[in-house]
Amino acid sequence: MNFDFSDDLKALREQARKFLRQRCPTATVRRVLEGPEPYDLRLWQEIAAMGWTGAAIPEAWGGAGLGHLGLCVLAEELGSALAPTPFASSIYLAAEAIMLAGSDSQKQAWLPKLAGGTIIGTFALAEGPGKADPGKLFTTWRGGALTGEKLPVPDGDVADLAVVAARGERGLQLLLVDLNGPGVTRHAVDTIDPSRSHARLVFAGAAAEPIGELGRGEALLRRLEERAAVLMAFEQVGGAQRALEMARDYALQRYAFGRPIGSFQAIKHKLADVWVATELARANAYYGAWALSRDAPELPLAAAAARISANEAYFLAAKENIQVHGGMGFTWEFDCHLHYRRAKLLALALGSTRLWKERLLLELEAANAPL
Amino acid sequence: MDFEDTPEEAQFRAGVRDFLAKAAEPRPPGSGLVYRAGNEDPKFRERAKAWQAKKADAGYAGITWPTHWGGRGGSPIQQVVYDQEEAKYAVPRGLFDIGLGMCIPTLCTWGTQEIRDRFAGKALRGEEIWCQLFSEPAAGSDLAGLRTRAEPDGSDWIINGEKIWTSGAHYCDWGVLVTRSDFAAKKHDGLTYFFIDMRSPGIEIRPIKQMSGASHFNAVLFKDVRVPDSQRLGAVGEGWKVALTTLMNERHTIGGRVGAGVEDVFELARKLDLGDGPALQNGAVRDKLADWYVASQGLKYVNFRTMTALSRGDTPGPEASLGKLVNASMLQNIAAFAMDLMEQGGVLCDPNLAPVAGAFQQTLLTSPASRIAGGSDEIMRNIIAERVLGLPPEIRLDKTLPFNQLPTGKR
Repeated sequence: MNFDFSDDLKALREQARKFLRQRCPTATVRRVLEGPEPYDLRLWQEIAAMGWTGAAIPEAWGGAGLGHLGLCVLAEELGSALAPTPFASSIYLAAEAIMLAGSDSQKQAWLPKLAGGTIIGTFALAEGPGKADPGKLFTTWRGGALTGEKLPVPDGDVADLAVVAARGERGLQLLLVDLNGPGVTRHAVDTIDPSRSHARLVFAGAAAEPIGELGRGEALLRRLEERAAVLMAFEQVGGAQRALEMARDYALQRYAFGRPIGSFQAIKHKLADVWVATELARANAYYGAWALSRDAPELPLAAAAARISANEAYFLAAKENIQVHGGMGFTWEFDCHLHYRRAKLLALALGSTRLWKERLLLELEAANAPL
Repeated sequence: MDFEDTPEEAQFRAGVRDFLAKAAEPRPPGSGLVYRAGNEDPKFRERAKAWQAKKADAGYAGITWPTHWGGRGGSPIQQVVYDQEEAKYAVPRGLFDIGLGMCIPTLCTWGTQEIRDRFAGKALRGEEIWCQLFSEPAAGSDLAGLRTRAEPDGSDWIINGEKIWTSGAHYCDWGVLVTRSDFAAKKHDGLTYFFIDMRSPGIEIRPIKQMSGASHFNAVLFKDVRVPDSQRLGAVGEGWKVALTTLMNERHTIGGRVGAGVEDVFELARKLDLGDGPALQNGAVRDKLADWYVASQGLKYVNFRTMTALSRGDTPGPEASLGKLVNASMLQNIAAFAMDLMEQGGVLCDPNLAPVAGAFQQTLLTSPASRIAGGSDEIMRNIIAERVLGLPPEIRLDKTLPFNQLPTGKR
């Protein structure tokens, strides 16, 4: 039994943690949250220079070839630091989609740039509030041209390349769109977490080339979401752990009624429950990492379990962190709201808990054996 | 990252498989429900003793015990491997857990070589069964509040008082016992630890009927019971330290799944019609099933992480508290929800009338005990908060005063 990351990857995690503690304190996150910058460009460049963006991309396409386990440990640290960069959009989604289904020429054209962080990619699915039902998308692809509107698109204001889900002549299709080309307009939109920018993308006959086989878009979309869900779960676990540590540290240092508030069972038991949720989420994320790294047939189930428990753990940790901080917890000045915002943002980014529970049940029914 | 054995583990597993294939019958397929009811049945105990002797002969009893206790000197991961393999066979389990997991390790740690030689081997072979005489009516989670009295009398001690929640007292041969020998000392300083022949004159054993109807536990009354001083473990007044040796092992002993779980409620949801189709097609049911599936998968992989630590020779931390805490409440919630699905028929507990042989109804009545025995949910949360998160212990009112001056409330 060796259900753990290798010593090399643990060393990488440690290195990433040290770097981000120093280079990405919450002041950095706040600068993006409060200011005009859509993301921290210098941090992004430094991350790319260290090879993080190319971690899971094969060396043949300009990556580091560390595999997805390497990406998982980095994701955990990026989540812990609330890194204000387009990492998830560009790497878990755009690069992942191209690696999964791109042609050789598409890989050649885009992966080295994504690996090097010289361009930013993203993934566009949602079309406003409500479920983005693959069968009922309004954005359409006809004769190589894309028409429609996507909202919200993470990092859509700064991305160079988008993988867009649209309705084609043979059903749902994933498409590659150069966002700097003609027929694309975009506007930044306000979201609950301004430390990660989002946009409305409008396509008016933009050039779009298909990625993956025609008519197989839905299956590809599912696989892409499963892979991204595992990686995102590591970000969420990292965030949950950090929020828990913030609450713990504050509970040790804040005194009320003549004693540290962390000595009250009302606080201790609350934080014990947060720890339990975080450990369950971590364990499910690890299983997801195993399945992802081997492209195992268990991936759909493992990804759904990882996603559901990460969604719940991070939001629980973030909201109880505010609660433990009392009145200061809901001020702008204290950092609690950074995690609270990010927790909800990530819990919706790839579809809600409700949708993933339904996916999980469909998988279990298909397998006809729950355990 | 993988789930495979190391070469050493694989070799050990092969040996275990070989032994089990020759010595035991495979477990018939089924829902995997395990109840601890068997211990009460004398025939079960005879079978359990015979099986224990076979295990001991093959070197699979006391896998983690040091060789000078008569054990194998193996590693905790070998114990895990053995348990995984044994679980596939229909063999009696559980009768010796408290003795081998808690009592004998305490005896071997604190007793003389003579005591070890006399007791360890017999316990290992299942020839003597041990129980633990710790909790009292006024000392549960707060064990050190115990007030069973020990008074010296020549080379003996005279014991008076009452112990409770003693599993198997009525069929056990020996027990370990914590007493108070000094009521004027501070709470943790006045305790003395003994082991005792359960057939000593003056011991009265009264079964406690639980809400489930079963009687796994007993009250044990001591009236002028005589124990020789040679059966004292540790110094007079140092019984708390000895008791901690026993308790350290408790988490490994208690636990394991007791009751209908997530696969049973899935099975029920497939079969049961809610009037507008199978329960499995109902959105509210699916939501719950997903929650429980995700939590039980999480527990499974937390456990794999613990095994990984064991496999490397690391000591797992208080993380072991997590499984018990999550599982006990989950089983209670599953039982209550499954019965809701059965509507008015959910009250039926006759195994011939209720789905899954009445397992959910049974679990409804047994699961409250799981949330309390072996460390209540509240104690588990304290352990996590203090030992994992490093939060301060509760402010204590009972650390500085002599025991006989502590407020006690009505008793």
